[in-house]
Amino acid sequence: MTSRPAPTAVSVARPAAGAGPRPRSGRSRRPAWMGEPSKLGVGARGLVLGLGCLAVLVPFWAVLMTSIASPEEVNRAGGFVLWTNDPTLDSYRAVLSGGIVTRALLVSAGITVVGTALSLVSTIALAYALSRPGSLLHKPILLMTVFTLLFNPGIIPMYLTVKQLGLLDSYLALILPVLVNAFNVIVMRAFFQGIPGELRESAYIDGAGEMRILLRIVLPLSKAVVSVIGLFYAVAYWNAFFSAMLYLQSSEKWPLQLVLRTYVVNNTPIGSDQLSSNLENLPPQISVQMAILVISVLPILFIYPFIQKHFAKGLMVGAVKG
Amino acid sequence: MPTTGCGRRCKPASRAGPSACLHRWRPAMRSLRDRWRRDRVLLLLALPGVTALLLFHYLPLGGNIIAFQDFQPFLGIWHSPYVGLDNFEPMLTGDPVFLNALVNTLIITLIQVIFVFPLPICLALILNATISERLKRLTQSILYMPHFLSWVIVVALFQQMFGNGGMLNAWLRSADLSTFYVVGVPELFKLMITSQVIWKDTGWSTIIFLAALSRVDPAQMEAAVVDGASAARRLWHVTLPYIRPVIVLLLILRLGDSLSVGFEQIILQQAQVGAGASEVLDTYVYNHGIVGGDWGTAAAVGLIKGMVGVALVLGANRLAHALGEQGVYAK
Repeated sequence: MTSRPAPTAVSVARPAAGAGPRPRSGRSRRPAWMGEPSKLGVGARGLVLGLGCLAVLVPFWAVLMTSIASPEEVNRAGGFVLWTNDPTLDSYRAVLSGGIVTRALLVSAGITVVGTALSLVSTIALAYALSRPGSLLHKPILLMTVFTLLFNPGIIPMYLTVKQLGLLDSYLALILPVLVNAFNVIVMRAFFQGIPGELRESAYIDGAGEMRILLRIVLPLSKAVVSVIGLFYAVAYWNAFFSAMLYLQSSEKWPLQLVLRTYVVNNTPIGSDQLSSNLENLPPQISVQMAILVISVLPILFIYPFIQKHFAKGLMVGAVKG
Repeated sequence: MPTTGCGRRCKPASRAGPSACLHRWRPAMRSLRDRWRRDRVLLLLALPGVTALLLFHYLPLGGNIIAFQDFQPFLGIWHSPYVGLDNFEPMLTGDPVFLNALVNTLIITLIQVIFVFPLPICLALILNATISERLKRLTQSILYMPHFLSWVIVVALFQQMFGNGGMLNAWLRSADLSTFYVVGVPELFKLMITSQVIWKDTGWSTIIFLAALSRVDPAQMEAAVVDGASAARRLWHVTLPYIRPVIVLLLILRLGDSLSVGFEQIILQQAQVGAGASEVLDTYVYNHGIVGGDWGTAAAVGLIKGMVGVALVLGANRLAHALGEQGVYAK
């Protein structure tokens, strides 16, 4: 008997599954006054949310499955495959073996990394300068920044400016015009202003200059907002389609979005000469297309979960106060 | 206003807390030279951002001058001849191509305000009523995601679902029904782009309404229950007043954008349905200016579009103030 654990202690700590409703944990507490919701209401809400989630997930699933399905399965299904028993990475091999898609992937990655870094640095710097009311030229610079939210110069003048500055057909044309986004500056400025002034004060008294205060005090406290704004910039650079279409003329400079438009949206056939693939026979067109699609979605899916937890903290604090 | 030690006029400490005045701890500085010495690092920090904004927001604004020119690319802005208001003629005389673009734009705006705008509010209310925090997080993560995809990806996904070889038709074929090429039908184009907008952004747009809903005071809700208010009455009299300012704000902003409807999205799909159903003002500007070389007219249309947008925001804001709402900026 002594070898057994005392049953009473266990049952006190954790009531048996069948014995009455389990106590609600902290995550899902209903206020006492609220009353039980009607079954119909709960059902309807669940249905709406469930359908919404399915509408988001099903296309991805179909695209992913089709990209890894074997040619026979694709032929049998006459297009889309919802489940594959014979997954193959041939279409990815074909796409990533050094043709136009590989090059576009590298171009997109490069623009995203360089652009995000430059944008973040200049946004942080401007937001920090603007977080100090009363400094020299504070008001004019703030007004100048905010005004850009109200209007946009228009496609034609924008194109002519980029052309006049000699940026046509250069990757800089994809970065410099969107280097600083006023909305992001305002959000970040609001976050900086939420940091207690006493921190800066004591650092100043200890002899720290502006740069040191920014790098050692303000930035370490602003990881949430910096990562969210960084994500916004990165997504914008990765997704940039129109500016690339407008400013890049030669197709060997194309980023991924333009490749995607040409070979997936416009359904231009993509052959082995564009892919420079060394596979004997090319995977079905649709598998190749879906592989391109998956490749252009994947980076976003990768960073999304890491940054998502900061949405509430980083963005809402800034937006509500701003 | 009282000065708080820094020699500058600052908010009184009692109102916004002791840290309201960020200069409190600095010696009073009045002369420009002193301020320059103190703030030059800040100005240096602001420089890259300010330069970018000047170069790519304010400089192009001046480029709108070509709306009044017969712009010749090889002559440039400085040497192209001025033609007065000639470029505005298609707008004034009601050129059918321009009218078509205008009408399409307005119809799409109307559809989006009536059918797309309320959806995030409903979704936010549903999410807010979900008690299980874990379930709520999960659905939010899933529903926010399409916002981060590019329009090219969204359009590609829609075509793969509803296009000729798409999932819908594959399924119809397997069920021996007649196929239905949804993507290429001009009559369905507006429905198509509306559903794309809904798919992409409904989830994400809930974020701001959820933030407003989280500020609803539980004590007020409880009081309403004690007073015997039904769920519908609680929604109307307690919940809605909390999110009304946000609704008004977003409506105003939407109004300001009402002449810019899904440019990237439409240009991607224009080839399939033709200009008749899909030309909007932005695509008109692009097609006539950059593709067609009719720079002056395109710039004129773009200029009017931008001015109408600003006027709509300011006008709507005044209206909001008149109705006792806060609007985009406080009065």
